[in-house]
Amino acid sequence: MSAITNPLSETSAAWKLPYRGKVGMACLIFAESAIFTIFVVAYLFYIGKSLSGPSPKEVLTVPVFITICLLSSSITIHLAVRALRNAKTRLFGIWWFLTLALGTIFLAGTGREWHKLIYQDGLTISTNLFGTTYYSLVGLHASHVTVGLIIIAIVMAFTSLGRVTPKYSERLEVFSLYWHFVDVVWVVVFTVVYVVGR
Amino acid sequence: MASDSIAMNPTDVSAKSITEKLHEWVVTVDHKRLGVMYILYALVFLVIAGTEAMIIRIQLMRPHNDFVSPQVFNRMFTMHGTTMIFFVVMPVLFGFANYLVPLMIGARDMAFPRLNAFSFWLMAFGGILLYFSFIGGNGLYGAGNAPDVGWWAYAPLTAKAFSPGHSSDFWTLALLVSGFGSVGTAINIIATIISMRCPGMTLSRMPLFAWLNLVMAGMVFLVIGPLTAAQLMLCVDRYLGGHFFDTQAGGSAVLWMHFFWIFGHPEVYVLVIPAFAFLSEIIPVFSRKPIFGYPVMVGATVCIGFVSMSVWAHHMFTIGMNSYANSFFAITSMVVGVPTGIKIFNWLGTMWGGRISFNTPMLFCIGFLFQFLIAGLTGIMLAVAPFNWQLSGSYFVVAHFHYVIVGGIMHALFGAFYYWYPKITGRMFNETLGKLHFWLFLIGFHLCFDLMHIPGLLGMPRRIYTYEPGRGWETLNLLVTIGAFVQGIAVLVFVANLIISYFKGAKAGNDPWDAWTLEWSVGSPPPEYNFASIPTVASRRPLWDLKHPEDPDSRYE
Amino acid sequence: MTQVDSNNKDEMSMKELGKHRLVASKLVGIAVLLAGLLLAARLCLGAPENASQNPNIFKPLSTPADSIFHLSLFVLGITGSIFVVVFSLLVYSIAKYRRRAGDEDREPPQVYGSNQVELAWTVIPVLIVLVLFLATARVIHSIQDAPEPRGAIDVTAIGHQFWWEFRYPQLGIVTANELHVPVSTISRPTPTFLTLLSADTDHSFWVPRLAGKTDLIPNHPNSMWIDPRETGLYLGQCAQYCGVEHAKMLLRVYVDSPDQFEKWVHAQQAAPVNDASVQEGRRIFESTGCLNCHTVNETVANGRFGPDLTHLMSRDTLASGLVPNSPANLRQWIQDPDSIKPSSLMPAMKLADGDLDHLVAYLESLR
Repeated sequence: MSAITNPLSETSAAWKLPYRGKVGMACLIFAESAIFTIFVVAYLFYIGKSLSGPSPKEVLTVPVFITICLLSSSITIHLAVRALRNAKTRLFGIWWFLTLALGTIFLAGTGREWHKLIYQDGLTISTNLFGTTYYSLVGLHASHVTVGLIIIAIVMAFTSLGRVTPKYSERLEVFSLYWHFVDVVWVVVFTVVYVVGR
Repeated sequence: MASDSIAMNPTDVSAKSITEKLHEWVVTVDHKRLGVMYILYALVFLVIAGTEAMIIRIQLMRPHNDFVSPQVFNRMFTMHGTTMIFFVVMPVLFGFANYLVPLMIGARDMAFPRLNAFSFWLMAFGGILLYFSFIGGNGLYGAGNAPDVGWWAYAPLTAKAFSPGHSSDFWTLALLVSGFGSVGTAINIIATIISMRCPGMTLSRMPLFAWLNLVMAGMVFLVIGPLTAAQLMLCVDRYLGGHFFDTQAGGSAVLWMHFFWIFGHPEVYVLVIPAFAFLSEIIPVFSRKPIFGYPVMVGATVCIGFVSMSVWAHHMFTIGMNSYANSFFAITSMVVGVPTGIKIFNWLGTMWGGRISFNTPMLFCIGFLFQFLIAGLTGIMLAVAPFNWQLSGSYFVVAHFHYVIVGGIMHALFGAFYYWYPKITGRMFNETLGKLHFWLFLIGFHLCFDLMHIPGLLGMPRRIYTYEPGRGWETLNLLVTIGAFVQGIAVLVFVANLIISYFKGAKAGNDPWDAWTLEWSVGSPPPEYNFASIPTVASRRPLWDLKHPEDPDSRYE
Repeated sequence: MTQVDSNNKDEMSMKELGKHRLVASKLVGIAVLLAGLLLAARLCLGAPENASQNPNIFKPLSTPADSIFHLSLFVLGITGSIFVVVFSLLVYSIAKYRRRAGDEDREPPQVYGSNQVELAWTVIPVLIVLVLFLATARVIHSIQDAPEPRGAIDVTAIGHQFWWEFRYPQLGIVTANELHVPVSTISRPTPTFLTLLSADTDHSFWVPRLAGKTDLIPNHPNSMWIDPRETGLYLGQCAQYCGVEHAKMLLRVYVDSPDQFEKWVHAQQAAPVNDASVQEGRRIFESTGCLNCHTVNETVANGRFGPDLTHLMSRDTLASGLVPNSPANLRQWIQDPDSIKPSSLMPAMKLADGDLDHLVAYLESLR
């Protein structure tokens, strides 16, 4: 017996389900949010509980510039994807490159901050509870930024080879959801570490 | 009509060599083959973890026994628990979900076939990494072997100071890796169900099996995240000198407990909801009635999913939370019993007024109903926090959760094996051996786990490698061990049945049970492409509509 | 629906009778099994071996354990009733609605659900939960939030891998593994309030006849209380996996009459015995590794890692309740602790025989 084609109703042309790429990415974001939530909870729980060593007030400076860079990269990636959807590949390339640049500035800025904290202030991951929770939370976020940047760089390489065409715009839109997620997480981390925790 | 088996290419005339066949399986992205691989992997680890259980039971057969040393015993209960949860029950449930969900919703494969394969291999690697610890766990300090910190790995026992060597790290990393695999599979299940249903199959026309696996997959995201986070923190503590759980530096051992149980409690619902899914497919078919109260079943399951996220600290009633926290978790733990009870009543309602036939799958489902009822009630006892202060950490709890997992989930799993075996292999299993398996397992189970409650009431804690004589625990432990052996024999009968029937069983045909969901409309085993043409459905039971055109479900939904 | 079963009674064929018998015999078998289990339970729960000492949550002798016991009876009553009702429905539906011969081609009425029934079996469980919760909350508060009366004895219990340290701050007593508390009567309430700490991993204090268990967690002080109303010895053990020898971390709680307790306290507060005839042993004690871990008052030994030995001979057992406190056992414990408690943290001292004799003699003098 072959597969059922039900004679009772004609195949409806209007049977449209959500794009699986978006659903998959939404699920991944959901799962990642759970991980970040736990690190944020640990950070909040341990505020003020370090027995010794440098405290946030003493050593943290609010990273305004790199925050602006990272959040702007959300705008640039959005514009890039929109450009690609409208078949403006050159414009796409420009916005995409800017995204890459802004993200890299963010990472570099984080690196600089960590260098100062380690070598000037003597704060490492093993110094005290503040050090442990700070490097873990910011580091977890930075690792996600890094993964995102690697993907952006790969796409950049393909773009410069002329291989990225409008038919990939849906996939890149799915990736941009990940990038937006990374930015939203930064807003939370920023608030918890540099506003609440100081 | 020749059903194409999943192992043979229809146009292939020459026989394939063993290496070619193996290669096909290793590189496959077909959800059916991956499903079978998950299931076989789980069966292998079932035998291994079962052996670990037997070692535990032999050691506890009498007081001051010296069958194994305390170090070995502690590794055994750690590995038994970890293996059973992460490398037996989760894989086998993912395997069934993988195999059946696309077929039931009229799709040709999962949404992301390569991610599917990757997730399987991640999980498989995790299991092997965990067991590698037996040989590789010695590490730099020559201490440690397989992990021996219990499957919850409480801090600060897992700190470098108390667990030198690498055994705890094998626990952490193996679960971290397989956790990523679980998330991958969950992503696949959700994306498949949301985005790949056949025309006409709205969410309210999906088989309950699909619905319940959807809820389970959603819970996996909420659940694996906390475990992964806690394990990353543990790694930071052990290797980077961090202090997340370092009580000497002001860290909190209780924080680990919270994080772990935020994972650990919903995890057991992740395990049991697919078992509910099996019941919701099998009981209707063998009662010859549709599931009673489909919308309520969906609602109750979603309810369970949400409420179960709020009960975790009932594993922590004894750690010294204040009375308000204890009261909160007591009431949420009782509340979660309400939708669960509703489901039991709905299965009863399905059987009520039906025409029940007692084939092996149905026998196991009836066993589930009886035993899950008891397990749920001992669970309510444990939710009563003061009662919990006596019962927790004792053999009463061990009996309770084995009642859920073995008396409940395993029974549902055996039912699922027997129910879908014809579909997966194209052969009928041996009904006599199946019934023998059922009765042997039932007797062994009750001998073992009914009696196991009593030493708990008499003060016997868990995770002890031996105990003092004269406390009234000896006879009970001996009987429990005998019951364990009987179950072991029953499982061997089961494995034998699986193998014998594969070669000697009668040909199954498409629909040996006269069932109503889409998987029964294709060949046994299904062709690689599942459906020659994607079906269109108009009700929850498309095959019922076909078989009863004068009275289709679509008229009543 | 058009497929309603006619419900005309078919005659009972011989085959059907046989099937009835088969089902009946299976039900009888299950009933026998259940009865057997219940009998076993009754026997086990009533077993009087050393009944006064043995743990048993259904034989409470202190208020917290009492409250829990009464609550548990209430809970068992409710859950038992639920079980009987649902189990009966299950058995009834299997028996009444099983497939009979002649049913082959007919499907039963296809019932999809019933809102009234769903409502009923939602509302009733919710009410049960409410009642159960109210009873539970009451007992939680009565135990956890009980105020400490003036006559109470304060004890600080510190969990170690794998022994118990007990300190009585107001009485200036430090001892190990064997907890002495006064009996508490209604006319003269003298409960014991324990503060629970840990020196290393998680432990749990569980003496079932006196109270539910409470954990000892490092950096997380807990408290509990007991007011035993009968004198005697109560047994328990650590109930939270704490490492290799978790199974051997036994508890002995001696509930003394007021006079006995008074005597015990005086003996513990007394200065250590300084017996001239065992000075060689004392010299060995103070010059070998012993003083790194152990304390004997008024000597140079003030180690905190292991139990306080000032009044070692006042204890009945060694190694947290494992073996009787006899010279032979003491000797064996010092020379080879692994033979009594494998992987305990006491190192094998590897003394020469003569030195060991002297040392044991010295320790035997510490009454």
